[in-house]
Parts: sequence; C-alpha cells; structure tokens
Amino acid sequence: MAAPTLEVRNLRTHFFTRAGVVKAVDDVSFTVERGKVLGLVGESGSGKSVTGFSIIGLVDPPGRVVGGQILFQGRDLARISEEEMRDLRGNRIAMIFQDPMMTLNPVLRVDTQMIETVLAHKKVSAEEARQRARDTLGMVGIPSPDERLKSYPHQFSGGMRQRVAIAIALLHEPDLIIADEPTTALDVTIQGQILAEVQKLAATTGTSLIWITHDLSVVAGLADDIAVMYAGRIVEKGDVSAVLDAPLHPYTSGLIGSVPSRNKRGEPLRQIPGMTPSLLNLPPGCAFRSRCPRAAEACLAEPEIRELLPGRQVRCFHPLSETSEQAA
Amino acid sequence: MSETATARRAALDAGAPMVELRGISRRFEKKLDFAGRIAQRLGAPVREETVHAVDNVDLTIRKGEVVGLVGESGCGKSTLGRMVAGILPPSDGTILRDGIDVLSLSAAEAREINLRTQMIFQDPYASLNPRMRVADIVGEAPLVHGLVTRAGYDAYVDEQMRRAGLDPAFKRRYPHQFSGGQRQRIGIARALAVKPDFIVCDEAVAALDVSIQAQILNLFMRLRTELDLTYLFISHDLGVVEHLSDRVVIMYLGRVVEEAPAETVFARPNHPYTQSLLASVPRIESRKRAFSVVKGEIPSPLNPPSGCHFHPRCPHAMERCKLEKPVLKEVAPGQRSACHLNDAA
Repeated sequence: MAAPTLEVRNLRTHFFTRAGVVKAVDDVSFTVERGKVLGLVGESGSGKSVTGFSIIGLVDPPGRVVGGQILFQGRDLARISEEEMRDLRGNRIAMIFQDPMMTLNPVLRVDTQMIETVLAHKKVSAEEARQRARDTLGMVGIPSPDERLKSYPHQFSGGMRQRVAIAIALLHEPDLIIADEPTTALDVTIQGQILAEVQKLAATTGTSLIWITHDLSVVAGLADDIAVMYAGRIVEKGDVSAVLDAPLHPYTSGLIGSVPSRNKRGEPLRQIPGMTPSLLNLPPGCAFRSRCPRAAEACLAEPEIRELLPGRQVRCFHPLSETSEQAA
Repeated sequence: MSETATARRAALDAGAPMVELRGISRRFEKKLDFAGRIAQRLGAPVREETVHAVDNVDLTIRKGEVVGLVGESGCGKSTLGRMVAGILPPSDGTILRDGIDVLSLSAAEAREINLRTQMIFQDPYASLNPRMRVADIVGEAPLVHGLVTRAGYDAYVDEQMRRAGLDPAFKRRYPHQFSGGQRQRIGIARALAVKPDFIVCDEAVAALDVSIQAQILNLFMRLRTELDLTYLFISHDLGVVEHLSDRVVIMYLGRVVEEAPAETVFARPNHPYTQSLLASVPRIESRKRAFSVVKGEIPSPLNPPSGCHFHPRCPHAMERCKLEKPVLKEVAPGQRSACHLNDAA
C-alpha cells in the first residue's frame, strides 16, 4: 500500500491562557489513507476542531502546537516554515468550515474570490482560472455556474453558500480536505445533497477527507474509519462499522446509546451521567472516570491507547469486551 | 371557581381535545417605506411583501399526547408553536383550548387559560434573564400568579429545581454559571413551576451535545408520566421526534403536508416530501451508504410555488400539482396527507 496521505503522531496543541494551560489536543495519533474518509467525532470542547486547525496550521495564539508530528506525504507540517505552509494550504490541503462565511468574503463577488484562489497557486491566465472556477461550481451541483459566478455570497442560500465553499476547497484538487462540521447548520434535505456530492468526489478524485462532526449518524454513512475524541484525547478508533457495532470504550458506547434511533423508540435513552469536564484542570487519570460506569481504582492512572483487537485501538483499562485482559 | 373554569371542566368531560386549531394562518407583512410608497404611486412595480408563515392549518392535540411537529427552516413550525402557546396572535382562525375559544376571552380569562400552556425554547442562553438568580427565574411566575405563598416559596422553588434535575443548593446562582444542559433544565423548571398541563417545546434539545440531549430527552419522558403532561414537540431532528412522539405532523412552507401516528409516518410515509425527508436523514444504523438526494432547494416563503408547494422538487409532480392546491385527506386510518397522487390511485 502507498504511503498514507496524512499521519499524525502524538500531536499536542495547548492553549496558554491566563487561567492556565488548556490541553485542547493531547497525544493524538491517527492515519488517513489515500481516498479514505476519517470521521473525527466528539462533543463540544473535545478538541476535534483544534486537531483540524493544527493540521492546517491555523491555531491562533495563545494556542500552539507543542509536540508531535503531522506527516503530510512524509513532510512534517509541524516543522515547516510559514511560507512552505502557505504553499500547501488551499493547494494540497484545504479546509471547509461550519460557517461558509469563514471562507467567503462578503464584499467580493464569487468569481473574484475563486479566480484569486486559483491564481494563488497556479500560473494560468485569468480566463483559464475562470474556466476552472466555473467547472468546479458545476461539479458541486450549482445550477447555471456562469451566472452564479457573478453573484455575491449574500445572494446564495445557506446550502448554496456551503457548496461554493466546498468548490473553493476543491479548486486545486487537494490531497486532503479537512471538513469541520460543514453540514451541521443545514437542513436535512440540503445536508443529504451535500453528503452525496462529497461522497462522489472522494470516490472519484482520490482525495482524503477528515470529517469533523458531533453527529455519529453522519459518520456512520460517510466515513471509512472513526476516531472518537474526549477531553483532548482519542479514546477509541477503528473501522466505522466495527466501532459502532461493538464499541470498546465506555464513552463511545454511551454516545451511541444517547442517539435516538429506530429500535429504541419510546424507551429511555441510555444516557451518560454528568457533563464534560473543564479542560483547564483535568483530574489526573482517565478523563472519563467521573462519568464512567466501569471506573475503578486503576482509572486513577492515565490509560495508554492500545491495540486491543486488530485495527481497533482504545484508551481504557476496562474496555467493553470479553477478552482475558479484562480480568487483569 | 370562575365561569371559564366551569366551562372548561364541562368541555373536558365531554372529551374535548386539549388544543384544537381550526384554519389557523399567520401572515407577516412588510409595509412599504416612504420611498416605496412614492415609487408605487408613480407606477413602479413595488408592492407590500407578505410571508404566509402558517397557511390554514388544522391541528388537534388530545390530552396526554406527544405530538411531534417536523419541518425544515422556514416551514412555519416555530410560528405555529408560538400561536399555540398564546404568545403570538394568529391572523386568521380559531384556537380552542379545552374546548374554549381562547381568542374570544377577556384578558383576565385568557391569562388564566394561557398559564396552563408553557413553552420551552431552543436557546437556553437567550431565554433566561442573565440578571436574575435561578431561584427568581423559577419562582417569580408562581408567586405572581398566586400559586405559592411567600412562606412556602423556598420549599416550592427547591422542589421545582429538584424535579428538573438541578441541585437546589445552586439556586442563588446566575444562569451564566451553568452549562448548556443545566440551563435547559432551568428553562424546564421555570415552565413547570406554574403547573401547566401542556408544554410547547421549540427545538428544546437542538443546541445540546448528544450525551446532554439524551439526558434532557429522558427528563421530558419522565416528567410526562409523572405530571401527566401533553407536549407539542417542535424539531427539525426526525430521530428525536420519532423517539418521543405518538403522532407526527409534517409541515412544508406553511402548510401541513402529512399527519399520522409516529409508527405509520416512519414505516409508510405517504407524501413525497415526507418520503424524501426520511430518505435524507442520516441514521446511525446505516453504514457507508449512498446518500439519497432531493433535488432543489426550499423555495422562499415570500414567493412560494403555485399549487402544491412541493411540486418543483417532487419526483412525481404532474400538471395538476402546479395548478391546484392539494387538501389534507385521510389516506389510511389516522393518516392524513395532502397530495394529488392519492386521488389518482
């Protein structure tokens, strides 16, 4: 198999605030193969977005990547210069945000913004750039792209705006797209349309995708692999079906139990008690300890992530499986 | 006992539904400004814009029922919820509460009856007064309405907080000192403090994280049995509605397109819009699947399509759909749908 598109090793991103150090991302490792979709799942404050921002080099002070490697096609993004990063960003790595207005400038026409993006990384004529912009808009399912190029962002609906943002991300056929909750603010029918487009694009272009979301249902239908984050750490990762069918970490299991689904109609949901701890002063040991039904003395120490089953990693002393290790 | 209370008891004994809407509409009009009026007088094609947020809706909610109201942005579900809760007057139509026409009552009588309907809002950050302590947020209304005396006040507030899963030790705190899920519990405690029998929840769990959402949904279900509550549960999240509701009402651009018991809607949706909505919902049970696509966007409610509002996006649209507005008709026991296809069959 060819080298993976992205390999993140022991990534640490900390925020040095006045109140103390917030370990937003703490020892996160994962791999994204070419043409694969990784679903990065977690609740608010779990560090999933900061992980995305760290990869594309957009962590603002007081935040800083303080350790680990981000190997993109073998190059460590954590160590390259801002100039080299700028060459990659928008070109080989692109990002799609929850709010498309993070990408779009409200006072510039769409064609201005798209042509500018093309010319930033490619030496082509303005006419060729316009051509490319129009083709890409058509690709993401925007009707009459020629006319729409002349519009301003406010003249688009929310779903269309997100399509434009996706088109801009696709302009240079990047090798990696980081999508941070891009369909969360959209209506279901529009979300369905965008997911279908994204699925088609990932399959045809070989682009790898990191899909950051809190919605397990979206990940279930879209991703190949899943990584579940809690309080800045990955607590479980593996193949999507395997993880969702038989979660190993009590948090993953609780999260799945919290989602209302067809076969649980009318019954009380299996809820996780309590709430996410503040990252500012995490207690030592397993961060999920205080909410975990399986917590014990051992959880006062910090669990390491380990491969429990082939291709399945979990950060827990008492995973939900009937292996002999559990007794130990 | 007042006259209305007697009348209400009589109506309830006769089996009147808890809430009945007859031909409810709500229009929002944008009046022309000065320049617009001059332009109009000079013959420019400007006119007042009217949004039919809710267009001739009939809805019956029986005692003890949980009715889920589903739709995408701009379909009028929140406007309908506000009219049911009595905080927004309808432009047309009648609202019957326990068999009594609410709109014909005097202000004092209306207040008494409206108190029995309470609303829980989406945004627990915007719907709580940041300058009030939790105890006052929860306790003010029952005190004003004479449901509790000064002497019993503290104990009453404690009880309300405990019921919503809040520690009464925190009652001197302000809303900003609580997390999103806890704030939603404060909103619930406030709504229940005036002893309502009917609750309108407008996207009450939409802003919460999954694990917190599950806690709040469980709380809603527990309170339903404990207090014998009736809910109108407004949400865009079909999973949540399916989980909670006995009956589901689906709206599209101001009109009800389908209404049926929850099992029926999810097993045998009749209206093409319901079908495409269900097909678009990502489900945790599904794996690596092709997402199905409804073509087109939701049209602007300022200028909705003629005939059936859904016809430009409908895969089965025929000539008739462009011209004639379909009416809501019974297609199976308890299931009503507004689609011309049912006539053809």
